[in-house]
Amino acid sequence: MYQAIVFFPLLGALIAGLFGRIIGDRPSELISSGLLILSALMSCIAFVDVGLNGEAVAVNVLQWIHSGSLHIDWVLRIDTLTAVMLVVVTCVSSMVHVYSIGYMSHDPARPRFFAYLSLFTFMMLMLVTADNFVQLFFGWEGVGLASYLLIGFWYKKPSANAAAIKAFVVNRVGDFGLILGMSAIYFTVGSLEFDTVFAAAGALAKGQLEFLGFTLPTLTTICLLLFMGAMGKSAQFFLHTWLPDAMEGPTPVSALIHAATMVTAGIFLVARCSPLFELSPTALSVVTIVGAVTAFFAATVGLVQNDIKRVIAYSTCSQLGYMFVALGVGAYQAAMFHLFTHAFFKALLFLGAGSVIHAMQDEQDMRKMGGLRTLVPASWFVMIVGTLALTGFPLTAGFFSKDAIVEAAYAAHIGPHMFAFTLLVVAALFTSFYSWRLIFLTFYGLPRCSNETLSHVHESPPVMLVPLIILSLGALFAGFAFYDFFIGDGQAAFWGSSIFTSADNHVLHDLHDVPGWVKLSPLVMMLTGFALAWVFYIRKPDLPNQLATEHDLIYKFLLNKWYFDEIYNFIFVRPAKWLARLLWKGGDGYVIDGFGPDGIAATVLYVTRRAVSLQTGFVYHYAFAMLLGIAGLVSWFMLAGGQ
Amino acid sequence: MTDWPILSTITFLPLLGAFFILLIRGDETNAAGNAKAVALWTSVVTLFLTGFMVSQFDGASAEFQFVERFEWLGNGIDYAMGVDGISVLFVLLTAALMPICILASWHAITHRVREYMLAFLVLETLMIGVFCAMDLILFYLFFEGGLIPMFLIIGIWGGGRRVYASFKFFLYTLLGSVLMLLAILVMYWQSGTTYIPDLMDTAFSADWQTWLWLAFFASFAVKMPMWPVHTWLPDAHVEAPTAGSVILAGVLLKMGGYGFLRFSLPMFPIASDMFAPMVFALSAIAIVYTSLVAFAQEDMKKLIAYSSVAHMGFVTMGLFSATVQGVQGGIFQMLSHGWISSALFLCVGVIYDRMHTREISAYGGLANRMPIYAAIFMLFTMANVGLPGTSGFVGEFLTIIGTFQVSTWTAMFATSGVIFSACYALTLYRRVSFGRIEHEGLQQIADTDRREIFLFVPLVIATLIFGVWPMPILDITAASVDHLIANYQDALSSHAANALLIGGAEGIR
Repeated sequence: MYQAIVFFPLLGALIAGLFGRIIGDRPSELISSGLLILSALMSCIAFVDVGLNGEAVAVNVLQWIHSGSLHIDWVLRIDTLTAVMLVVVTCVSSMVHVYSIGYMSHDPARPRFFAYLSLFTFMMLMLVTADNFVQLFFGWEGVGLASYLLIGFWYKKPSANAAAIKAFVVNRVGDFGLILGMSAIYFTVGSLEFDTVFAAAGALAKGQLEFLGFTLPTLTTICLLLFMGAMGKSAQFFLHTWLPDAMEGPTPVSALIHAATMVTAGIFLVARCSPLFELSPTALSVVTIVGAVTAFFAATVGLVQNDIKRVIAYSTCSQLGYMFVALGVGAYQAAMFHLFTHAFFKALLFLGAGSVIHAMQDEQDMRKMGGLRTLVPASWFVMIVGTLALTGFPLTAGFFSKDAIVEAAYAAHIGPHMFAFTLLVVAALFTSFYSWRLIFLTFYGLPRCSNETLSHVHESPPVMLVPLIILSLGALFAGFAFYDFFIGDGQAAFWGSSIFTSADNHVLHDLHDVPGWVKLSPLVMMLTGFALAWVFYIRKPDLPNQLATEHDLIYKFLLNKWYFDEIYNFIFVRPAKWLARLLWKGGDGYVIDGFGPDGIAATVLYVTRRAVSLQTGFVYHYAFAMLLGIAGLVSWFMLAGGQ
Repeated sequence: MTDWPILSTITFLPLLGAFFILLIRGDETNAAGNAKAVALWTSVVTLFLTGFMVSQFDGASAEFQFVERFEWLGNGIDYAMGVDGISVLFVLLTAALMPICILASWHAITHRVREYMLAFLVLETLMIGVFCAMDLILFYLFFEGGLIPMFLIIGIWGGGRRVYASFKFFLYTLLGSVLMLLAILVMYWQSGTTYIPDLMDTAFSADWQTWLWLAFFASFAVKMPMWPVHTWLPDAHVEAPTAGSVILAGVLLKMGGYGFLRFSLPMFPIASDMFAPMVFALSAIAIVYTSLVAFAQEDMKKLIAYSSVAHMGFVTMGLFSATVQGVQGGIFQMLSHGWISSALFLCVGVIYDRMHTREISAYGGLANRMPIYAAIFMLFTMANVGLPGTSGFVGEFLTIIGTFQVSTWTAMFATSGVIFSACYALTLYRRVSFGRIEHEGLQQIADTDRREIFLFVPLVIATLIFGVWPMPILDITAASVDHLIANYQDALSSHAANALLIGGAEGIR
């Protein structure tokens, strides 16, 4: 069964990709979606088997790389952590597949789209079922490939192509750390299998590693290198710039890859490596700081964006920051819980936004929307549900998971947890503000689009609405239903050995006993944000513009995303291009060729012109004959000399 | 079957084919057609024989197999052939690429077809001979002899600046060849034999090792090519016809790495150990430097040529890490680069045959008209950037992991190569395949035909199969590599013990 869960999507991808043009569009869609729904159903069974009944399994598939003492095999490892990810990935993916049948119905290249989606799902499943670091890396790069292909799906658009390359390259910066991390692990442990490496964590924590001329504590170095990979994939501060641009891809892609699944791979990696991170307080502190700063930073940028998808993208970035804070303070379970609930409501928000964009004939600028509530009531409803869940309205999914993270940040005893707590609470305010701003700008007030567009606005077909409804159920009830298993009383039995916490880590227990004001703070922030958004965009619609003009500097700063793209362009991209040309023309052309072959050639020509009149250009013939002559002479001499 | 000289058969069968081509008479078109048929059939039969030989090869043994040895020039210089786990797959690679080359030239070459096929068959004999030779003189003859047909292929069927390119090619190789010949003479005078297994057992003194190592290095580094003696490669590739590029990147570049494995590491271990930091530095520079240079290229073939130099940097780094992973990774990387870069040059060839330009800016939007081509090109682009699941990953990963154990700095720079390779490879792909079709001439461009797809199929299969299941290759090389590393480490530790002993004796005195 486990092989089927993982390989059905691959089968779907191959059928749609290789034979899509033969079997036609509709069969490709139905086959790939059908296989994914099957995979999702089996994942739910696996979740019950492994998560609730506690039977972790490992399925051997094939040998991969054996070289000396290095042994890497293809193995599917199914424990609770994997089972949770299986459910998230296959459920969201199957919903996105079904939704795409409607959303992409006007696109001529549908089989290719479904092939990419299924390929992505397969790679993501390989990532979460990995039993060793290299197989994880296979999935890791595979989802990167699928992401690249899907962002650039509309390959005629230059902006989409640029965004696709940016996503791949920035992710590779993270992979740089991941590869070095794996090398360091193999060097110190002699294996890359999870169980062996985790068993050696205690020894690693005491060890020293010579790295780039420094003597560093082994475990912390390894953890930070791995975390670099996680930062790239999960779009954390400094390596986040690709995520907003990735919105160039079709909206279902944003929902699946850039909200629910792929970007959470970094969270999964750290949670999977909890036996390593748990023993390195330094690494955990770094995780906390990066997570908190990202949560805050992305939320501030989200405040002023006008593209509906970019707002949600920054929101994703910010929520990933929340999850990293949870990991950093040792509440891995809370991070996984938020990952789980977030997948549902963020996929819902994206698909809902897609429904709006679809209705508006591909308009994404919220300044050209407004007043859509009565025109697309179903989309309005699901967006409200998603927003409630995201902002943490009581009893929705986000309420349970996000508040748990805020409380964990307060209750923790390690690292800069109060710094994180403060930033997270402020970010909660911003989250509520930009989420409601999105709702008010899109659905309320007067329509700001042309009458032409307005007359075509229509509600989405059922094939798009049904997945939205299902995800809404998840956004409403996933938190309530699974709270006990993930972070409540049943957590120890539920997670089993898949997450490691050290003996003095009580954060999961302590977060239930935080003071009342801490518990209330996210709620207060949510209400304040709602009220502010209401004032800004319903009560006094002139206020935002007025504020923007008054505080032009701050507004520009936020609108331009803290100028990260400009800065990177200035420090990395332009110097790299300049250096590339310099090395080519200067290094290869002027120095090496100039003093090497060309210089010699010129000298030879000069000399020969002086000495004898040879036909230029055929000098090499003579030289070549000469070489053969020398070779012959020397050989003869040697043979003769030997006798 | 031990009596049957299968290696000599494989090696000289193409020469026999070449002889038949010489006999072909008749008018121009008939002769050309017959020459093509003879060349194709000869290379296919050679491939089958090679496949049979590899299937009989015992991967568990580190010994030379299918050994043939006859007295040849006297005085300890014999005709000796044999393969071990390190060389056997290179023979297979050569034999497998040759039919692809001949098919790739089917329509592209229109003048002097007979001579062209002749040159390729002679080249095949010489290349297989390099990997089978067990005698130093024999090796040298094959090694240097291979230059001549390649030289002619570039010089006669090449592009506009072919004279410059072949001249450059020649100048670089000249110095290396002369030095290697001198080194061979010295080795012969010192040991009295040129039989390679005997030479491996000969312990040259540490001082001589230094000089011999440097002389061999001069030759192999140019062939590899390593930075800074790489600048002949881009020019040679640009001017060579497609099949010439395929052979150049697929097989000829591997001779340098093979030379390091066959001579430098086992025969001069002390010098190899001493010079390893220099090799690491040159490899790291090669990876970063040429990746950056590749990024600035405007000619597709030059870009791929520079990327080859970067990939060969991984090989040299892995080989001189002298770890099992590094050496196996280096071998794997050479083989895998053999078919990936061949495929990339074929990709360039496909559109060159249609548009007769290699300028990147002359293309754009090919995915609109050529979906199959775009898919194939994408696969090999991803293999080139070392995506896991393709064979490009396995070699890169093993060499990095092997080198990390010896030099973290080198591993760090090599790893940064994964970022750069993504930059140049994806940018190339984008500029060629994505976007709208802007150029008038591309409006009617046709997708790959059956013959072209047929060329790519084996390369696609090799890239994917050995990416997911590289064990056949790793198994066949394991015993020989283990043996090589064990001897290498023994030599180093006995040298260290001797040094200690001498130092100790002097201390007592």
